[in-house]
Amino acid sequence: MTAAPAEAGDQAIAAPAGGNDEAAEVILRLDDVHTYYGSIHALQGITVDLRQGEIVTLIGANGAGKTTTLKTISGLLHPRQGTVHFRGADVSRRAPHDLVKDGISHAPEGRRIFSRLTVLENLKMGGYTRRPAEIREDLSRVFELFPRLFERANQKGGTLSGGEQQMLAIGRALMSRPAVLLLDEPSLGLAPILVQQIFRIIQEINAQGTTILLVEQNAQQALAIAQRGYVLQTGRVILADSARGLAANEDVRRAYLGEI
Amino acid sequence: MSSVATSAPAAPSANPILALRRAGPFFFVLALAALVYALIGPQQFANALTIGAIYALIALGYTMVYGIIALINFAHGEIFMVGAFVSLFFLGEQLGQTGPVRDLPVLLVLVIAAFLVTMVVVGLLGVLIERFAYRPLRNAPRLAPLITAIGISFILQNVVQIIYGPSPVNTPQIIAPTERFGLLGASIGYVNLFVLAAAVVLMVLLQLFVNRTRLGRAMRSTAQDREAAQLMGVDINRTIAATFFIGSALAGAAGVVYGLYFGNISFVIGFQAGLKAFTAAVLGGIGNITGAALGGFIIGFVEVTAAATGYFVWAQALVFTTLILVLVFRPAGLLGQQLGERA
Repeated sequence: MTAAPAEAGDQAIAAPAGGNDEAAEVILRLDDVHTYYGSIHALQGITVDLRQGEIVTLIGANGAGKTTTLKTISGLLHPRQGTVHFRGADVSRRAPHDLVKDGISHAPEGRRIFSRLTVLENLKMGGYTRRPAEIREDLSRVFELFPRLFERANQKGGTLSGGEQQMLAIGRALMSRPAVLLLDEPSLGLAPILVQQIFRIIQEINAQGTTILLVEQNAQQALAIAQRGYVLQTGRVILADSARGLAANEDVRRAYLGEI
Repeated sequence: MSSVATSAPAAPSANPILALRRAGPFFFVLALAALVYALIGPQQFANALTIGAIYALIALGYTMVYGIIALINFAHGEIFMVGAFVSLFFLGEQLGQTGPVRDLPVLLVLVIAAFLVTMVVVGLLGVLIERFAYRPLRNAPRLAPLITAIGISFILQNVVQIIYGPSPVNTPQIIAPTERFGLLGASIGYVNLFVLAAAVVLMVLLQLFVNRTRLGRAMRSTAQDREAAQLMGVDINRTIAATFFIGSALAGAAGVVYGLYFGNISFVIGFQAGLKAFTAAVLGGIGNITGAALGGFIIGFVEVTAAATGYFVWAQALVFTTLILVLVFRPAGLLGQQLGERA
């Protein structure tokens, strides 16, 4: 796959070349989605799909529309044109709090933890749509994944270090037991050793059965754990391929992987 | 799991400077209370506590609403006023009460019923106002809902004025103001004790609700970061409506005790009391529930002290001077967040 970005248009949704299970059900599908911020045409016809059990990554420069894509999926923004289908149902108009119940969880950019709530309260908020017994169960799952959060359970969220806050943001997003987890820049601002740890944990969450859509500045790392990826530029998908294919693509390497 | 979690290491309150900063405002209020007590004696001190309790109850609604949608709800004072009239309507017109009720069980039932009815009615009024006046303007420039709030405040005043007329109306003082007990050489009315106790009980319940329940957590989360709260599955419209219900219901409770304590009400009582309760909320650190309660008592102390020492005409000026002094030294109020709200 060496399709240059210029040749790939809006509909450039190639089937994944990298051998993922082709038969897996499409759990989430964005079809020609156009999203606006007021009069700004931020997404100009995004078509993306996510199969059960995958890690898919969106890469692209600042302003390409990665965060907007996630916000459109989680219902914070609604598409003006096009549809978002989740498990076969059109969810383009659904409110964010209903989508959480449906099984889509979004850990937003900048962590957005509740700094004046304790770690435990933050996690309970993550399980807001769930019953107390389920919350207890999921708490132990999250504490297993992030022992650090257990140590700091009664500390205010705002007193955590950046890495711990990121763990809390991910753990909180898991508390709703999502079928699809949207992660926006989980490694932003973290020390390299923590970045490694976060990516390992993302893989572990995926291995436990959660489908993940990952937005990352750190495209190299993201492509290393993803099965497929989409390259976004100014609100359009300019390239879609297996992660391996993208990592090998000259243009991608030059533009997003920091190689000359 | 939560029992295990609570045994995890405690927060960094071990830091003595931080602990002192946190305790500071409480010492300030205690010192002020002691000073006031020395100045005006136990009789007037009881008075100050009672009036402070009423301001505190009203201030809670200002601070809760501001906390969650950053709106100074200028109609809140009028909601308190409507509460006083709903209580009058219920106790006086529906149940035909005119004066003291000496039978304690009957009195208890009457008082509790008055609280329940008034708090529910006024709570729903608050929800209605939010739904139709503020929610459509939620994404409008901040001045728009503010002006709307002032408009709602006039509407409520006028409606009550049309129904009950412009002059003060007597309210049934079902707790006899003449029933008093001696304490430290002062003669204190049971009604004073009742007002203070009712306010304290409601404030404790509110704290428990906000800090221990699921909806309380949702309210705090929505106040801190509305978008993030939505992503947790919080229906923010319902959460904001719940906040208006609770804040308004507390103002309604203040209306009930106002009528019981003062024995007469008029359509203008909401303006004065609202302004002072708002001052109390700012003084305590707007958005902070404990701060609003402390602020209410401070305003009560300052006002009664001025009145009791012969400076009655200066009472208002002193109240607002206190506000300015506190804000000069603590711009965010006594218990306000010194740093950004959404760090």
